[in-house]
Amino acid sequence: MKNQFSRTIQTTITFLITAGVLVLAFGGYLRSASGAVTGGLVSVQYWFASRTQAIQQFLAAPGDLIALRTRNAELEAQVSQLQTQVIDLQQRANETEILAALVDFSRASPESSYKAASVIGRDPSPFLHYIIIDSGSNDGIQRGMPVVTNEGLAGRIDAVISDAARVQLITDPASSVNVTLRNAATDALAVGSVTGDIELQQISQDVSVEQGDIILTSGLGGGFPADLIVGQVVNVRKLPAELFQQATVQPAVDFSRLQIVLVITNFRAINTVPLVPTAIP
Amino acid sequence: MRNFIAIPLLGLAVIVQSAILGQFPLLSGTADVVLVVLAAWALQESVTTSLHWALLAAVMVSLVSSLPWVIYVVGYVSVVVLALLLQRRVWQVPMLAMFIVTFAGTVLLHALTYVYLSFSAGRVALSDALGLVTLPSVLLNMLIAIPVFGFMRDVSNWVYPTAEAA
Repeated sequence: MKNQFSRTIQTTITFLITAGVLVLAFGGYLRSASGAVTGGLVSVQYWFASRTQAIQQFLAAPGDLIALRTRNAELEAQVSQLQTQVIDLQQRANETEILAALVDFSRASPESSYKAASVIGRDPSPFLHYIIIDSGSNDGIQRGMPVVTNEGLAGRIDAVISDAARVQLITDPASSVNVTLRNAATDALAVGSVTGDIELQQISQDVSVEQGDIILTSGLGGGFPADLIVGQVVNVRKLPAELFQQATVQPAVDFSRLQIVLVITNFRAINTVPLVPTAIP
Repeated sequence: MRNFIAIPLLGLAVIVQSAILGQFPLLSGTADVVLVVLAAWALQESVTTSLHWALLAAVMVSLVSSLPWVIYVVGYVSVVVLALLLQRRVWQVPMLAMFIVTFAGTVLLHALTYVYLSFSAGRVALSDALGLVTLPSVLLNMLIAIPVFGFMRDVSNWVYPTAEAA
């Protein structure tokens, strides 16, 4: 009897303690104590988990490394392929831009017919200013045809083979072009030089030539059609003791960046040599 | 048979000269890789075909250039003859001989061109030709002389294998 009484008391006390603990827990009074206990458990759990993961990684590393290297090689190949595509597209965009400008130019001068050609080389001698284009007699190109860009006059065809032609630029020392100064309304001769500069010669002393004057082909001599832009005057040298004044010309065409040119195919250069009077013996 | 390497090699040199080197001038001068190749080839000890190479190179360059072929024939043959003369005298220092031949060959070829232009084009300023074309070209040719000489030595070892190498 006594034994059963004490067991009831024990049960009651246990219940009361449990209930008290629950009440304290739900009331938030055991938060600091439970925090200390769970914090310790989490630390232990983390320690075990991190060691387990490290061991797993160590065991699985060789397989991952091979896979990563393979993937890296694939990506590098893809990157180089994309870089090639980017360069190719940039080149195409550049060519398209040039061709669009040339088409605009040809639309502005519909009386002429043009043949576009790419520049594929230059004369090996640094003294000469010639370019080689990838169109020849198979494309209807003939000696003497003028060569232009959208910026202005570039030169004329000097020699032709079946699939290529050589163009003498107007900067070549042996080149001379009959030009007219638009503002001064006078004719002159534009000659090239070994350095690629163009000089205006045979300008009468009584003509007023100003810096910035536009120079166009005059059409005299029959070598070039009239009214093609050659460049503009950048410097005038006028000495009273000389017969003519001279001027330096800034060419309209950037000859260092020539990539695509237009050949005027319906222009035939006139050979005026037979008309030059010769002395009769 | 291996001497036929001259055709693709000189052809490649002419293409490189026309398509690439011409676009990278120093002032108004450009490197002449064909001339440097000929000089380097003629300075190799075992080479016996340098004059043939000079004539072949002159023909190839004449196809591209508007200069008369005579200028290239005379210029390139002179370069090779000078190289052969120097090879016998300064054989212990081939690089010195290479620089001398490159310098003298460039000046000679440009002098021939200048004389031709003076007759055909009329007025060519000597100061411009010398200061803006010839001297920069000499400098560029000197720069490419060292790698070209090494390359041509390897080519000569391949064309004329020595007893040890064989």
